[in-house]
Parts: sequence; C-alpha cells; structure tokens
Amino acid sequence: MSAAPVLSIKGLVKRFGGLTATDHVDFDVLPGEVHAIIGPNGAGKTTLISQLAGELRPDAGRIEFDGHDISAESVPARSMLGLGRSYQISQIFREFTALENVMLAVQAHAGSSFSFLRPAIDETALTLPAAEALELVGLGARQHEVASAMAHGEHRQLELAMTLATAPKLLLLDEPMAGMSQAESESMIALIKRLKGRYAIALVEHDMDAVFALADRITVLVYGKVIACGAPADIRNDPAVKDAYLGDQEEAI
Amino acid sequence: MLKTLKPAWIAILVMVVLAAIPIYAALASQPFYVTLFSRIMIFALAAVALNLILGFGGMVSLGHAFYLGVGAYAAGILTAEGITSGWAHLAAALAAGLVFALAIGAVSLRTHGMIFIMITLAFAQMGYFLVVSLKNYGGDDGLPLPTRSDFGIFSLANNTVLYYLIFVCLAATLWFFSRLIESRFGYVLRGAKSNERRMLALGFPVFRYKLAAYVISALVCVVAGFLLANLTKFSSPSYMAWVVSGDIIVIIVLGGMGTLFGPVVGAIVFLLLEELLSSWKPGWFPGIEEVINKHWLALIGVFVIVVILTAKQGLYGQLVGGRLGKRMANGGAASSGGTRHA
Repeated sequence: MSAAPVLSIKGLVKRFGGLTATDHVDFDVLPGEVHAIIGPNGAGKTTLISQLAGELRPDAGRIEFDGHDISAESVPARSMLGLGRSYQISQIFREFTALENVMLAVQAHAGSSFSFLRPAIDETALTLPAAEALELVGLGARQHEVASAMAHGEHRQLELAMTLATAPKLLLLDEPMAGMSQAESESMIALIKRLKGRYAIALVEHDMDAVFALADRITVLVYGKVIACGAPADIRNDPAVKDAYLGDQEEAI
Repeated sequence: MLKTLKPAWIAILVMVVLAAIPIYAALASQPFYVTLFSRIMIFALAAVALNLILGFGGMVSLGHAFYLGVGAYAAGILTAEGITSGWAHLAAALAAGLVFALAIGAVSLRTHGMIFIMITLAFAQMGYFLVVSLKNYGGDDGLPLPTRSDFGIFSLANNTVLYYLIFVCLAATLWFFSRLIESRFGYVLRGAKSNERRMLALGFPVFRYKLAAYVISALVCVVAGFLLANLTKFSSPSYMAWVVSGDIIVIIVLGGMGTLFGPVVGAIVFLLLEELLSSWKPGWFPGIEEVINKHWLALIGVFVIVVILTAKQGLYGQLVGGRLGKRMANGGAASSGGTRHA
C-alpha cells in the first residue's frame, strides 16, 4: 500500500430527494490493483460509478484522479485524463461495424476530429489500434460485422474493447459479465485477469465467483454506505458482510 | 432489379439529366424548364444541407428556412443600398449566416428532441417577424431586386448561367458532404446521432462538433437563399415562413434521410408534383381539374403519406436499400436499415 492511489475519493455524498444513494463513501484504487465494489441491488454501485465518470454530480466530497481533483470536470474531460468507463447496459453504435465502433474510441484520443475530407477508415493510426483491441477481447474475426447484428455476449466484449481503446489509466467496469452465459463469463474473467496489472481497475460485479477470482480488495456497499473494505478473505469472513449480503445469498442458493 | 444498381450511378445519372436540362429546354423552346429546375435545385441544395444535421446528426431543425431568408435578404438589402457586387452579397450573406448560426446553434444545441425542434422553430419565427418589420426593405411585401448579383466575370442576367451556377453549388456540396460523412468529423456526427452518451464517455466534446455541423448546414442554406433571391429577383419574408422549413423536411423524408442524395430526389419529385398538379388538365372527368388544381397540396400530402408508409427509407433510400457501395467494397456487410451515404 505504498504507491499513491490512481483514484481516491473522500466523503462522497449523492442524494436523490430523501434517498442517500451515496453516503459519505471513501474509496481508492491503487496502481495495477483490481478493487471490486459489491453490494445488494440498490446499494448505489452504479450511482457511484456514474459520479466517478462524471455523468452525475456529487452533492459533497472530492474525487481525485492521478493527483488532480476532477470533481468539477466534464465526462469527456475525465475520459481524456485517462478514466475509461464501461457500461452495465452496452452503449455501442448499433449502425456501425465492430471495427468502426472501436475506431471511434481510438479517434477520441488521437488528435482533433475537425478533419473533413480524409476518409477515417483509411487512417491506419485509427484502424490498427482498433483491430488490436478487438483481437484482445476475442472479436478479431468479427471486425466487419455490424454491431446491431451481433449477439449480446459480443456486445459486452465490444463494450470492453471500446473502453480499452481509449488507452485509460483506470478502468471503471460496471458489471462486465451482465447477462452473459457461464462460458462467456469465464472467458471474460480470464480476459480481465490478463488486463490485471496493466490497468488499475474498479470493478462493480454481481457475480461472486468473478469478484473473488479477480479482486485484490473488495469494498462492500449497502444502502449507499461502505460497511467493509479489505482483502477477499477478510470480506468473506466479515460478520457484517455475511449478515447484509453474502449470508442472504448463501441462504437463497 | 433496380436494387442491383450501384447508388452512385443513380446519383450520377440524375446529375447528368440535371446538367442537360438547359440544352433540352433550348431545343424544345421551353425556357420555363430552366427556371423550374433552377428552383428545384435550390430546394435540393437546402434539403441536402439540412439533411447533414437531420439525417446524419439526428438534429431535427424546424428553422432552416431562416437561413434561406438570411441569404436572400443579404442580396436584397445590399442591392437596395446600391451595392450590386455578387461577391459582396455572398460575403455578407455568409458572414451574417455565420453569426446567426453560431448564436442560434449555441443556444438550441443545449436541448434535445422535441425541445430542439421547437426552439429552432421559435428562432426562425423571430427572423420572420424581424424582416416583416423592416419597412425600409419592403416589410411584408418583400423586396424586389431590380438586377441580379453582379459577379463581374460572368453575368447572372442570363438564366442559363444562373442555372449552371446553382448546379455547380449543388454538385460541390454533394461532393464535399460525401467526403465529410466518411471523415473523422462525419464519424463523430453519426456517432453522436447513434449514441451521444457513449460519445461523451469516449472523450468527445460532442457539443462543439454538433455546433460545427449546424453552422456548415446553415451556411449552405444561406447560399441556397442567396441563389433563390437571384432566381426570383425578389426577397420575400415568405422564404422564412415555417411552412418552408416544413417543406424542406418533407423533401428530405420523401427522398430518404440518412442518404446523401435522397433530398435531391425528394426535391425533384416534390416540386415537379407541385408544378404538375397545380396546372394539370387531365380532362377525363368534368370538373376534376378544378378540384386537383385547387387541392394539389392535399394530393401531395396523400402521396407523401403513401411513400412514407410503403418506403420507410424514402424514394431514393428504398431504391438503393441495403446497398452501400463503399462498405461492400471494404468487405463488410452493409447495415440493415441503418445509415446510407450514397
């Protein structure tokens, strides 16, 4: 725990009317670390991610990224600083091919887009990194497929490829396995394992197998509050966590 | 069978026919065709311009007639003040258009969907009532231009010269937009239509790209307005009426939005129908011509509804449906029912 955290948030608060969706949350991600955020439905995980990405403005607290206070920065500015966010519900360009989807992600971080005459598809500076990112997530053979014609699992892979193509310093992954089959989940876990170490990763996930397989640290969120934060083994044995979350699930199973 | 035609060929064929109209008009001694097709190409130009942001950027502006008016009044007012140089007219038109488009765009583009439609309409209506109030420049009677803009090297007094100037403007715009749509800028524009939230998350400051597209679209409309005033030798507040903005949208939808050339086809069909139905003498049935000539607008309405219900991508969009030459050539499957940019 010696290195300075890539991301550090302190005292973050977000209220929706009478509901405190984020209740004085402290959270940080160290370089190369996978820090998972778990919690029952409605615990405020996606609300937290949205504040980190800039889509929601917190009511109080401070978000520091790579040494800068980014609390007031816009969504695109945060992306340019190196914060790469993936969505729980795939946010892709359905009319574009897989390659064009990822190409746009590369383009966002490859200089100005006020270029009017040169066909973007001819720019190898855009297409090569895009093809590489597709290869990495396992869609190498599907480059020219139109996104709307691809399967749900492939949309999840494409979603991750787009996020990776922005060359982020920190990945904010919002349930990357959402809606995937068992086999697809397993290959996604293997993929994130390969990414581990190269990126700092904040991972929101429901799939407990995935979380315990990947996370270096786990933060447990219940009703917007952090009730525990620590190594997977400690979290597994934490009585408060068992009570609030894991216990329920074990009973349900 | 038509579906096997490459879209580019249909577009080129239509342009060749347009280029040949003055020759045909001269041979057939029908000079009227030159002015009719001049008007058609001016509306095609305005529709192609609006379609850049409507079809490719998802911004439904119901106020683009305002920019037709800006172009028309720049020529009208300067001529009334004794400045007849076409270069001065064009420069003033573009400068005024730039200022208006930046200001109106900067406000309107902070909104989306229905609010955007209404706010662009509101700005256009403000422009309309502004020119109606310009008593020195004709007020609601409009402003006649005694002479056409003077370009020195060529004289627009000749209808055929004006025709080819309009033709060149249309062809140049189509060429420029065909490049633009496949460029980095074009991808940002289409990406913003497809999923603006994702564009922001990828790091694009989407607003400034949308504003730039809005300004380009407005300036081409300004040129169309400038040409319209020269064609009719008149600047009328009616060019800015919201009905004109609506007609341009109908032309786009009729021809096919999301296709570059669709609005040209839409303008040809819409304005030819208008011309034919309002003066048609079929003579099959007593009294029917009077009904048709009087209610041609209703008949066009029925026609547009039938087209939209049967050919969802518009006349041209349907014709080239499923084909997108460039993408096919790149080995990718063309998108089904998505964008077309022939």
